[in-house]
Amino acid sequence: MIQLTTEPIDTQRLLELVQNPEAGAVVLFLGTTRQFTANRETMELHYEAYREMAESELAKLDAEARRRWSLIECAIVHRLGIVPLGEVSVAIAVSSAHRDAAFEAGRWLIDTLKESAPIWKQERWADGAVEWVHPAANGTNPVTPRYSEGSGQILRKTSE
Amino acid sequence: MRVAVKLFAAARDLTGHGEVEIELPPGADVAELRQALAAQLPPLAPLAARSLVAVNAEYASDSTPVAEGDELALIPPVSGG
Repeated sequence: MIQLTTEPIDTQRLLELVQNPEAGAVVLFLGTTRQFTANRETMELHYEAYREMAESELAKLDAEARRRWSLIECAIVHRLGIVPLGEVSVAIAVSSAHRDAAFEAGRWLIDTLKESAPIWKQERWADGAVEWVHPAANGTNPVTPRYSEGSGQILRKTSE
Repeated sequence: MRVAVKLFAAARDLTGHGEVEIELPPGADVAELRQALAAQLPPLAPLAARSLVAVNAEYASDSTPVAEGDELALIPPVSGG
């Protein structure tokens, strides 16, 4: 299940979606708005997405995770708009027969989502400053995230 | 040819527009699109240099051709999660 929403994420519902009699393990990852980064205080975060593309990229992650691990269910939800302190911006829930697959897939899904989903975070600092977060990856060169068949790794191809 | 390019996050704030029209030579590719964006919208140049481009909602490489009517978007480094 893939969803982008401007509403608070119902994590209990997400757990119910992935719980299944075939599953012996359920892993839920939540990304939440942190108050302090180093010593700087965040007031709130604001997220925006290229929605159609973000939905298709999340669907690709779901499909790739199911290809790489034996999963029973998988759910990915990202919140957009303002996410207040302590609230959930992203939730990933996976279920599998045994715990290794659920832990590994959950970790891979959040790591890969952060690299590839066209979603952006704006820090709204307590001191009044407002900044879009556009991390420098591999220096200042643009990179093309893509999957390789076989390994399922995201390759970072440096462009000219 | 004229193409429309969607802008997000800091790219939108730098230009004040969520979508801009850019003039490109026929047969241009993604690398030329990025160069044209930087040339025609100078405030965008530094961010455009480290952004990806999506063609029809898929990440594209520099050599991907751009055609009139394609849905184009500049994708600055992402920070979801």
